[in-house]
Amino acid sequence: MEELIRRCEEIVRDVSFPTVRRWKAEHPQGKAIAYFPVYAPVEVIAAAGMLPVGLRGAGDRLEIQHADARFGSFICSIVKTTLELGLTGHLAPFDGVLFSSICDSARNLCFVLKRNFPELYVDFLHLPHNPESASSRAFLRSEYARLKAELERLAGRRIEEERIREMIARYNENRRLIRALYEWRAEEPHRIRAWELYVLVRAGDVLPVEEHTALLREAREGFARRQVKPRDSIRVILESAFCEQPPLGVIRLLEDAGCYIVDEDLTLGRRWFREDVPVNGDPLQALAESYLDRSVASSVRHDWRYPRFRALLQKVRARRAQAVIFLIAKFCEPAYFDYVLFKRELERAGIPHLLLEFEEKMYTFERLQTEVETFVESLLFD
Amino acid sequence: MTEYRGWIHQRQKELMQRWYARLDESARTGWPPAICLMISGNCVELLEAFGIVPIYPEVNALQLAIRHQSLEPILAAEELGYATDNCAYVKADIGAYLMGLTPSGGRLPRPTLVLCNFVGCNTYIKWFEHVAALLDAPLYVLDVPFLRGEEPSPADIAYVVAQLKELVQRIEALTGVRFDLDRFREAVRCSQRVEALWSRIKHLARREPSPFDAYFDAITLMGPLYVYRATPEGVEFFERALAELEAKAARGEGVYECERFRVVVEGPPPYPYFRAFRDMFARWRATAVASTYSTVGGIWEFGFRHDPDRPFETVALHMLAHNLTNRNYLQRYDQIRRYVEDWRADGVIIHFVKSCRLFSAGQGDMRDYLTKVLGVPTLYIESDLEDPRYFAEAQIRNRVDAFFEALERQKRAGRRMIAV
Repeated sequence: MEELIRRCEEIVRDVSFPTVRRWKAEHPQGKAIAYFPVYAPVEVIAAAGMLPVGLRGAGDRLEIQHADARFGSFICSIVKTTLELGLTGHLAPFDGVLFSSICDSARNLCFVLKRNFPELYVDFLHLPHNPESASSRAFLRSEYARLKAELERLAGRRIEEERIREMIARYNENRRLIRALYEWRAEEPHRIRAWELYVLVRAGDVLPVEEHTALLREAREGFARRQVKPRDSIRVILESAFCEQPPLGVIRLLEDAGCYIVDEDLTLGRRWFREDVPVNGDPLQALAESYLDRSVASSVRHDWRYPRFRALLQKVRARRAQAVIFLIAKFCEPAYFDYVLFKRELERAGIPHLLLEFEEKMYTFERLQTEVETFVESLLFD
Repeated sequence: MTEYRGWIHQRQKELMQRWYARLDESARTGWPPAICLMISGNCVELLEAFGIVPIYPEVNALQLAIRHQSLEPILAAEELGYATDNCAYVKADIGAYLMGLTPSGGRLPRPTLVLCNFVGCNTYIKWFEHVAALLDAPLYVLDVPFLRGEEPSPADIAYVVAQLKELVQRIEALTGVRFDLDRFREAVRCSQRVEALWSRIKHLARREPSPFDAYFDAITLMGPLYVYRATPEGVEFFERALAELEAKAARGEGVYECERFRVVVEGPPPYPYFRAFRDMFARWRATAVASTYSTVGGIWEFGFRHDPDRPFETVALHMLAHNLTNRNYLQRYDQIRRYVEDWRADGVIIHFVKSCRLFSAGQGDMRDYLTKVLGVPTLYIESDLEDPRYFAEAQIRNRVDAFFEALERQKRAGRRMIAV
């Protein structure tokens, strides 16, 4: 079990993308398509015989030497390290990169990449922000059809509908397993450590779905066999690190300081749907409708039918959390904005919260540690 | 005083005061209805068809900044939980609402509808979610697909048209006013006329010397352009503005007695230091002959016009493809290239503003393109459009001076310099 988690940690941290290189060696005609956070219709990519890969910046594994000059001050780190990955040749295993309408910096990065890497297929998906309008379903279906046509051009062959349905089924299974692990972790957080679940789920970013599903099953058995005792911790929800990722050290620190992380949005893209995507009928329509009606609440998607501040409160209650810790990447504007209404909602409901700021490449955590310890103590001895 | 001050400025002031008076009337009496919307690719024609007065939070925010009143509301918003790195336009707007502060001193109405015309800027969505939540007002996000390719697709257009029609129903239900297609066509016809006039004004800046500054003076014209574009007052204003500037051009009058440099400016201005910033260019007698900021609401100098025969479709096209913010970053590079070539500029000024990532994220790459690919001298400076705490006056002045000194040397030597 520990070996499996260690392996996941290794592949998540390796910015040379060994799993992608291996897959490409095994599939000489295969293409790898990276996607920037948070969500992409991976089923369509996989149905083209391509490997969809979640691209999450370079963390603390790459010194920024070139990208600073292109993006300047006040811009988040993941935008810079993603460009740095390109400028230092680390994106070589990829044939394309997809972006979507999550924030202004990421959108501009899409086009900066396009200019600097003309050999790459770089595309921007407009994921709708008006789910209240019936027309958004037809629009998103057409957007997915456009993506499908681009991928067909790149692959040099047609993508069969049946193949997309097959991939939807495979990803449904994968997401189902992840959702179940999350449920279980909320029940027994001492059994499944947050950092372990994190690397386990995130490994799916860089693995073929079948391989990742097998890994999840193996981990499930491993967790079940564990002999563990509950710790004296408070139940917290971690929110706002949905794009740039904190160093693993920060997640460990939170647990060591006395937090049971009973939910988080770190790997939201890997469990994007609250329920299965239908496997019958037009698969692109099913994916489009699922995005609009079955998605989890997220800072990168507007849905006023169910505002995300209400969704957070609901999550707190469903997970029986005692507090919320906002873990915001420096310069992440969507997260900073959402914090204001989240805070208002939590304060109305009398739920304690703590705001922490991080950068993917931070390496000293003393200040964070003190803040978390103080917060946890204030709750434990309240 | 370096810039031109004539009828245009006087009339602009009157028009903007009249707008604030209408907002005040709406706040006092509940009529006319008022709808919040954003400047970028705004669909003010549709509001005009209903006789609705627009509230533009960006205009309110910049008015506060230019009057040195933005810091207090920004701090009030930060008290509420906004971060130092959030867009300061949003903070000033929200803070001003909380404090009951308005640029005119009059009241602002509670919006009948908060209409987020999502045209590129993701911050718009958050901003209007907050306005709607804090004021407990209804919200409609009009989702405009970002321009991923050269032109919008038929699916993009159909999606926006469908939403515009939904919006009509929503407004009818909220105001009790029936939509009048003829009135809509009339509003679109006014816009078409204003756009043609505004485009001719912009093309006057191709003359040497340019009769007006297409950055600093253009801002004076932008208020009426967004608030009155779809009205007869707007047409009248732009007719006289064009006549006045054409007369100036005919007399061979420039912004300065002798125009020394012609520049293109990219990025919004530092409103809290508007005067000081302008003076930095005035002392070098540098005229902006084109600017990207003046195309946030719409790009008309390359030929696009609203069309009363296709009102919904052209309103959609305007929102999708004919405004700066919904066009992709590389299209902006190309827009600047066209300005440099066709408006014959000596260089480009990039003003990075901390608040606005839509404008600023990647401007280093833009500079790389301008200097290395186009070989255009480019100055890169940083501050903010609303927050006075980010303006390092001496440092910016030094960089501006260094740029023009070098540009002058190069001009004299007949060589081209590149970047500062």
